[in-house]
Amino acid sequence: MTHDADTHHEPSSFWTRYVWSQDHKVIAIQYTLTAIAIGLVGLVLSNLMRLQLGFPGRFDFIDAAAYYQYVTMHGMIMVIYLLTALLLGGFGNYLIPLMVGARDMVFPYLNMLSFWVYLLAVLVLVASFFVPGGPTGAGWTLYPPQAILPGTPGTDWGIVLMLASLVIFIVAATMGGLNYVTTVLQARTRGMTLMRMPLTVWGIFTASVLALLAFPALFVAGMMMLLDKLAGTSFFMPAIVSMGRELGHEGGSPLLFQHLFWFFGHPEVYIVALPAFGIVSDLISTHARKNIFGYRMMVWAIVAIGGLSFVVWAHHMYVSGMNPYFGYFFATTTLIIAVPTAIKVYNWVLTLWRGNIHLTVPMLFAIGFICSFVLGGITGLFLGNVSVDIPLSDTYFVVAHFHMVMGVAPILAIFGGIYHWYPKVTGRMLDERLGRLHFWVTFLGTYAIYFPMHYLGFLGMPRRYYSFEDYAFIPDSAQDLNAFITVCALVVAAFQFLFLFNLVWSAFRGKPAESNPWGATTLEWQTPETPPRHGNWGEALPVVHRWAYDYSVPGAKRDFIPQTEPHEGAPPGTDEALAEARP
Amino acid sequence: MTNPTSQTQSPPASATPGWNEVVADWAADRRVFQVSWRKSMMWIFLLSDTFVFGCFLTGYMMVRIATTEPWPNVSEVFALTMFGQSIPLILIAIMTFVLITSSGTMAMAVNYAYRRDRVRCAALMLATAALGASFVGMQAFEWTKLIEDGVRPWGNPMGAAQFGASFFLITGFHGLHVSAGVIYLVIVARRVLAGRYERRGDYEIVEIAGLYWHFVDLVWVFIFAFFYLW
Repeated sequence: MTHDADTHHEPSSFWTRYVWSQDHKVIAIQYTLTAIAIGLVGLVLSNLMRLQLGFPGRFDFIDAAAYYQYVTMHGMIMVIYLLTALLLGGFGNYLIPLMVGARDMVFPYLNMLSFWVYLLAVLVLVASFFVPGGPTGAGWTLYPPQAILPGTPGTDWGIVLMLASLVIFIVAATMGGLNYVTTVLQARTRGMTLMRMPLTVWGIFTASVLALLAFPALFVAGMMMLLDKLAGTSFFMPAIVSMGRELGHEGGSPLLFQHLFWFFGHPEVYIVALPAFGIVSDLISTHARKNIFGYRMMVWAIVAIGGLSFVVWAHHMYVSGMNPYFGYFFATTTLIIAVPTAIKVYNWVLTLWRGNIHLTVPMLFAIGFICSFVLGGITGLFLGNVSVDIPLSDTYFVVAHFHMVMGVAPILAIFGGIYHWYPKVTGRMLDERLGRLHFWVTFLGTYAIYFPMHYLGFLGMPRRYYSFEDYAFIPDSAQDLNAFITVCALVVAAFQFLFLFNLVWSAFRGKPAESNPWGATTLEWQTPETPPRHGNWGEALPVVHRWAYDYSVPGAKRDFIPQTEPHEGAPPGTDEALAEARP
Repeated sequence: MTNPTSQTQSPPASATPGWNEVVADWAADRRVFQVSWRKSMMWIFLLSDTFVFGCFLTGYMMVRIATTEPWPNVSEVFALTMFGQSIPLILIAIMTFVLITSSGTMAMAVNYAYRRDRVRCAALMLATAALGASFVGMQAFEWTKLIEDGVRPWGNPMGAAQFGASFFLITGFHGLHVSAGVIYLVIVARRVLAGRYERRGDYEIVEIAGLYWHFVDLVWVFIFAFFYLW
């Protein structure tokens, strides 16, 4: 594992260059493509669920068991194996070394290992579709006791493979996270102080810290449930009569699982959201040709959200039967976390204010992110209050809320990020017209899907149900709305294949990109080659002289000044040049 | 994995003591902590691992509170009959003593590493590994004895079923950490003897192995306090 950052040997064979690669850029692409592939499975599953909900009984192969399996696998795939892996493993791997001016991650071998272990986790997850009984149908939260008892689909093999896959994923995420955190803290280039880092790096860095501290809870919960299932222990299992038979379990605490799960689960929301925050901040600043408003507050807001995210978890458990007084504490912390989040939203809007807004495809997605995030965030305030949450808790209102805030919003940021950095990764531009079409259908389509769900939730339509026939309190019109949502979901899903087509087609036929097509200031656009070669920076590491947001500086020759450009009068690369002028 | 900056570890001469120094470190370019990449990553890993054991112990406390059966009396369960007398917790006391001692030998090994005394360093590391191995051995004996007494993950004759479940899970997971540490120490000790770090002029890896070892010991102190003494 001996490796010298300054004397990288560029791999020469196909296998070491593209398969067993230790280059962070190749690993990033491997992560991204794997995440997109498994994400497509999640997308198809969601459409199958919608087919049942929109047109109940029309599709024979979707019985109740299959429906619950689709729900479970869709949720887990999207949250963990798509969003977490793509944002940390994909964007994190590609952008951290480039944006902080490093030649690679600090431990490239470990980084490579991280990807292969992640791939193993994905394969174990996929394997659960092919075992007897199929994948688990316990819901993505996998609550015991039902997750491991007969009556729930997939209690023979599905749940075991799911838990095993999660444990393997946590190993991969830990190996990756250690690399990301250490690289940001310890391997920045000259002049790159923490307070000069682009917000994308801040978001991914803080999310990686959260991952290192939150995944242990899921790991412990997973191990305990595996033992409950395989060794007959009773960590989470109270005394139960199942199918008329008394089970051997006794005295366990189902609530313990919920606490452990959500101690992981709530930071997980921000593991997904913080990188998206960072990406959107950079997209907005770059494409509005304006410095980010309140950079320092943006950084502190990210850090504050990260810290607070560890003390809000039980707002997912207001109806769980925990001590009602807990609700008081957790509702308060939940509302407090809205403050730094609101700071971020205001700052995005104030960055746009009187900016020279270029409505490029990445910018459209960034603005789309803000709209979706505000909507999802505000419904989050509803649900953070115990008295409002209790009637809404098991309705489609919650489905609408979390899909808006941590499904649609991060995925819009991811799309924006891909349209933005694709030219750096491949040296070619993504097709603009296809991109616009993709944006409008996705953005309007997801609104058409999730906006009506708020209304359905207020009607009292319960989530997780397989069919809604013969419930007196649900009016017939709800069924029309469900059919409408299903049609929209099918259309939106179909248009994602347009995006995939764009990705593949543009890689070969796209318009060749310059090294800095958007006129951005950050380091990754200043590499000597595009796409950057192994080692990123050629002979010498870049030296940073300014923050990441010198756009439209009065009196400057261009409307952006790269971070590598010295201040006037200071000889390049000297300590005076470094010491002068914080932003 | 040499770190281009690892040789120059002394803090800047102008650094002011106390909080100013902390602020200066965090406001600096290139790196926050004046240590190598390897060492900083070990610290971050240990922080993450702290959360793993923290969750294990919290989970154990919660099932202990939640269970409806009485908890077995640990000083009886973990008593050994020696010299015709039943002495409570004697094995655990010896195990704890052994593990704490191994922390001492590890610290001495680090000292000799920085003095570039290869032979003493390696000998002390191997002594540490031997103490660790004997800890694991005694743990295996303890497990065997408990299993003979009828303690199983799913139940035991003395009381709450969660006793066996938590016991095997937590001590097992800690035992795995110790075992991994023993292997790690033996590998590093061999490299010390072979002169690998002498040639590189950098014995830091011994200290990093020591960090991990002290952490494993520290975790044991908490397991001892919360599982055996409560």
